[in-house]
This record gives sequence, C-alpha cells and structure tokens, in this order.
Amino acid sequence: MRDIAIVSFAQSPILRDAGAQNEVELIMPVVSAALNAAGLEDVQGVDFTCSGSCDYLQGASFAFVAGVDALGAVPPIKESHVEMDAAWALYESYLKIKAGQADSALIYGFAKSSPGDLPFVLSQQLDPYYYAPLWADSVSLAAMQARAGIDSGEFTAEQMAEVVQASRSNAKNNENTQLKGDYSVEQLLAEPEYIAPLRKHDCPPVSDGASAMVICTVEKAKEWGLPYAVISGIEHRIESHNFGARDLAVSESVVLAAEKAGVSQGPIDIAEIHAPFSHQELIVKKALGLDDTTKVNLSGGPLAGNLMMCAGLDRIGEVAMRIIKGEAKRGVAHATSGPCLQHNMVTVLEAS
Amino acid sequence: MSEEKEMITGMEAPMYLTYNFTAGGATTRFLAELRNGKLVGQECPKCQHVYIPPRGSCAACGVPTVREVELTNKATVQSFTIVYIPIPNNPIKPPYVIANLMADGAHQSFLHLISDVDNADVRIGMRVEAIWKAEEEWTHAMENIQYFRPLDEPDMPIDEIGRLKNA
Ligand SMILES: [Zn+2]
Repeated sequence: MRDIAIVSFAQSPILRDAGAQNEVELIMPVVSAALNAAGLEDVQGVDFTCSGSCDYLQGASFAFVAGVDALGAVPPIKESHVEMDAAWALYESYLKIKAGQADSALIYGFAKSSPGDLPFVLSQQLDPYYYAPLWADSVSLAAMQARAGIDSGEFTAEQMAEVVQASRSNAKNNENTQLKGDYSVEQLLAEPEYIAPLRKHDCPPVSDGASAMVICTVEKAKEWGLPYAVISGIEHRIESHNFGARDLAVSESVVLAAEKAGVSQGPIDIAEIHAPFSHQELIVKKALGLDDTTKVNLSGGPLAGNLMMCAGLDRIGEVAMRIIKGEAKRGVAHATSGPCLQHNMVTVLEAS
Repeated sequence: MSEEKEMITGMEAPMYLTYNFTAGGATTRFLAELRNGKLVGQECPKCQHVYIPPRGSCAACGVPTVREVELTNKATVQSFTIVYIPIPNNPIKPPYVIANLMADGAHQSFLHLISDVDNADVRIGMRVEAIWKAEEEWTHAMENIQYFRPLDEPDMPIDEIGRLKNA
C-alpha cells in the first residue's frame, strides 16, 4: 500500500465573530494558501477535494454546496463532503488515495458558529427521538461527563484547571488563537462555576474561521519537491449515542483507535488533542496512553480557539507542520465528533 | 391482561433555532445598491464573468469578485416554468411564470417573475425589462422589482444568452 503525506496546511485567524464575511469569503483565503504552499496554482492541481462542515451552523439546508464556490471548480472537479469535522474529510481522502483513485487531495473545513446559539444548535446532533427533543445542550452534556469523571476519581477540578492554564499559556505562541495569557490554577479555581462542575474557562470559545490542507502520496510529494509528514496510522471508532450505555469518564473508542493506529509503537514527541472541554483532554490523554514526555496541545488546543468542523483537522495540521519544521519526529493528533467524545479519530504522523 | 395499546408510529418534535444571518461582504454590497434601485453585479478579475446576485467569488476561478458592474433593467429569458400549484401564503395567484433571467452584461441568471404578457407567449430568448416598485417601498431585496415585462425587441439567439461578447 502506498504511503500518504501531508504537505501543506493553512488556518485562518480564529475569531469570536467574523462579522460580515460569509463562509465562501472565509474559505477562499485558506484554500489558496494551502494550495500555494504546496506549489499549486489552483484546485485543478489536486485529484480530489473533500470538505467538512455542518449545515446546522448556518441554519440552511445544503449550505455546504455554496462552499464549493470558493474553489474555482471549472473544469469540473471530483469532490465530496462530510457533515462532520474535516478530520473525517481527511480520512475519506486518505482512503481514496490508498485505493489508488487519486494521488493528491485538498481538504478543507469551515464554520461560522457565531450566528446561532451554538450549544443549542449542537443539541440537534443528538438522536432525534430521545435526546434532541429534550434540547440537551452541548455544555450541559459535557458538564455531566465532567461530573462523572470527578465522582469516579478519574480526575480532579485542579487537573482541569491545569489543562486550561497550559492551553492559555501555549496559545501565546499561536498568532491565530482567540484566548491566551498567563493564569494560575488558584486564579482559575476561584472563578465561579458556570454549568457545574464546569467553569467558563473549562468550555471552548465560540469561534469563526476555516482551515485547509493538501495531502498526497509520498511519491507525489517527492515529485513536487516538498517536505512532508507521513501518516503512519489513522483509525476512528465510535461509541453508542445513548449516554446511559457508556462510561462517560473514560474513552473506550480512543483506546481502540490508538491501538489500531499504532500510537504505542514508538515515542510520541507531541500530541494535539481535540478536546473542547478541559476534562476531555485528561480523558483522551489517558486513553491515548501518553505520559509526561509528550508535549500536549502546544497550539493552545480547542480551549484557546475552537473552529467547529475544522478543530479536528487543525490538530492534524498542527502536528504535521511541527514535524515538517523539524520540531518533532513522531506525533499523534486526535479528532472528536458528537457529544461527550462519542466518536474519535487518532492519527499518527512521522517525519519522512 | 390489559387491553392492547395502539402502536406509536410517529411523534412531533418541532424545533426552532434563531440565527443572526449575515449575507457576506459581497452580497451586502449588492443588497445595498438594490436598496438604491440599482442592479449591480460583480466581475471576476480572471474570466470577466459577471455574477448577479454576487456571492463574493467566481465559482469557476475561485477568486474574489471585487469590481462592481452596474447593469441595465434589460434581461433575457434563459428558461422558465409556468407554476400551476398554489404556494401557501404566496399572494401571487397561479398560473404565473417564474423565469431564469440573464441581465444584460451578466453571465449568471437569477429567478424572477414575468408578467404583463400571456403565459403562452413567454419563450426562451424573449427580451424583458424590470418594473420596479415605487421608490418608497424599496428594501434590501430583489422584490424591489415587481416583475419583468416583455420588451419590443427581437429575441436573443439561445447560444448568445449570457455569453461573453469577445469569447
Ligand atoms: Zn472567473
């Protein structure tokens, strides 16, 4: 089987409110930046295009189709879409290339989350018979998960605050992030609870923006003369949509995906974890089997800026770019979808 | 045993979500001109196609459409449908004609009504002009134009509709 490489990644600034810009206007700059960084003039330079977005965020059916206006799709291109985080658009593209149907692909994800009441918009991702009609919002569900974790002794409120502290501190080195700065654990714990046991800083900010990436076979990357990071393993696993049937304090699907992706087959220098809530980083870090030798979320992670439908792709792009820059040899990127870490994808990336 | 219960085969779960809609930078410029009674398209700097209503990018080239082009009130019927089925709350009584119209100088059609003509006489290539509402009724909407009506001009050949003149 042919090996697949990530050759470029571009991310827009992560903003609380992108103002008058529409989705097409958000996508165009990152798509051309990712293509240009791969030495390509336009989208005709790749064999396949796949995007990730969610029509509920725009409140319009088939809204993702309008996103294609950003590409310049004449002559017609081969393209596809996942109603998920663009990390899964990467997965589809990866399979397409593995199967020999393409040698290269452009992947992009986008979201303007600011127009709606995001936690309630996300409640419509729940199963339509039992949970969605209850309007269980995403923050309350995460709070239920945090409570389960604290009560079972999996983690403490102090550890959650440490995650926030590290996120905001690391984010100071990332020009695209939304929330950054120096905070002490004591200072964070002194904040009032928001939806108990979560404090506001345990929750991700609402963010607008887009990201794009170019992947190709290793042979193609060499032909283009580009530095690259190799995807040495990629796997995703899903758990029941029924919260009551899961142990929310741990993540069995991350454990399985990590095992299949080969996380433990070598030292992991860096990890990017797509944990929108502070306690979820603790759950995922443990499920990935990472110890303190691995640097986690040097970008600041989703707590510093959470672009819906590309925060997962952002994790993969972040690890890939650090490997390409020579800052790490082997890294792991995690992406999640659905409430309370329901669906998880683990990608292992290595230097060439 | 207790009496048999009827099987539940459906449930109602209405959902309403509220959004702050933004049209986007390019469409906002278009709507602002519409409020002034002007049809303004945007031109692709690469292929020179003019979009109306503009969505901010040339869908063919993937580049922003920055330059604005004011269009006349004249247009050509690219295709049309005679609607016989009433739409709830629509004040227009069927049968009526809804058409894809190509404004002169534009290369992307938009939908609007055709009136002041027998439905049976509407045809592809027919020349039409916009009839605007009274100025005090103008808002940021295509409904500022009440409808399009036939012009006393010869039909446009089908392969010339929406084509670049120098292409
Ligand atoms: Zn063009």
